[in-house]
Amino acid sequence: MKKNWWKVLCVILLLYSVVGGFLMDVPRLHILNESIRNTFFHVPMWLGMMILLLVSMVYSVLYLKRPSLKYDCYAAEFAKTGILFGVLGIVTGMIWAKFTWTSAWSGDPKQNNAAIALLIYFAYLVLRGSMKDPQQRSRISAVYNILAFSTLIPLLYILPAQTDSLHPGSGGNAAFGDIDLDNRLRAVFYPAVIGWTLLGVWFATLGSRISIHRNRLDHLDQ
Amino acid sequence: MLLSEVSALIKKEIIIELRQKYAINGILLYLAGTVFICYLSFGAQSSQLHPVTWNALFWIILLFTAVSAVAKSFLHESAGLMTYYYTVASGQSIITAKIIYYSLLLVALGLIGFAFYALVLGNPVHNPSLFTINIIFGAVGMATTLTLVSSIAAKAQNNQTLLAVLGLPLLIPVLLMSIKISKNAMDGLEWSASYNELAVIGSIDAIVCSLAIILFPYIWRS
Repeated sequence: MKKNWWKVLCVILLLYSVVGGFLMDVPRLHILNESIRNTFFHVPMWLGMMILLLVSMVYSVLYLKRPSLKYDCYAAEFAKTGILFGVLGIVTGMIWAKFTWTSAWSGDPKQNNAAIALLIYFAYLVLRGSMKDPQQRSRISAVYNILAFSTLIPLLYILPAQTDSLHPGSGGNAAFGDIDLDNRLRAVFYPAVIGWTLLGVWFATLGSRISIHRNRLDHLDQ
Repeated sequence: MLLSEVSALIKKEIIIELRQKYAINGILLYLAGTVFICYLSFGAQSSQLHPVTWNALFWIILLFTAVSAVAKSFLHESAGLMTYYYTVASGQSIITAKIIYYSLLLVALGLIGFAFYALVLGNPVHNPSLFTINIIFGAVGMATTLTLVSSIAAKAQNNQTLLAVLGLPLLIPVLLMSIKISKNAMDGLEWSASYNELAVIGSIDAIVCSLAIILFPYIWRS
């Protein structure tokens, strides 16, 4: 139980952010109206994805330094969970865009680049699937994972900032922190970010433990 | 990594290319054929293409030429040859030599392609020197990314498809920047309008290049 305090924290924070996110008082802004509540679901997905993919990349670096089955499984599972968060981020973003920007896909640079980022990570899964030798698969996909993460940063943060974007924080639009994110939003937003990220970590650690055991079983069979 | 080693390896690449002329001739024919198909597809309107279409088409042609030109860098090298390299040179010199050689090749292909493309489909570029510099930056970026990805794909099955799947999304940042700069060059904007984009594309090239040099020894080890 002592080791699992963060899982309890995760459940409490998520319950709080879902209930609070729908029921608590939110600032009333033009166009956004009630859809501002999506801040508690859409933005944590992206922040969670970045954290999970960063962890995945760190495990890949560790793998290259000292190859072990554990590091490889963790890198793969954190990447998979990160991709899941990315897909959810895009879907929640599309729903939000439908109501505020009038169409689900409006060619916004950040939206486009997020889709490209997902393509890069889908390719990671394809690459993992296309190699049979486990050690080679681990090493090559670790290399690609590092390459993918270092493309992700310019894609999501540097390139969209260069052009006009409908998203807050780029192309002359004020960033969330400046005006929009007032204290009522913060009270739910930060717990939501922490809660969703913890859930992602929970998913990834469970997945890694399963795949580590599965690998050991395969090893025993041989 | 030794300078003499790198220069010897570049020399080796050039000699092999000159001995097997069919490879380079094949790529040139591919480039010319694609440009000509585009010319014929647009029919009578080909001389008054919209600048945006002209630009996008040019970069797409260059992209696919680059993919098929760099594909042979690792995919077509036998396992025995790689073992031989392993005994005589360091991984870093090999990847540096390959990157330099393929950058030169793609810059040459880009310039030849531009000349032929402009001849057939008209030349709306108002700032040719910026356009040329942009081709150099773009070609170096494509060569670096594709060389690294080709070494990754060579380790997997079904590698020709994998090269495209892994390479294309990773190339999008470079491609987007190149398209933007070349639009500036076509509109005859001042140099200062493109400094920002040139800095971004230059730094993407530098990041990928250093990643390739750091990561290649790990790919190569198997």
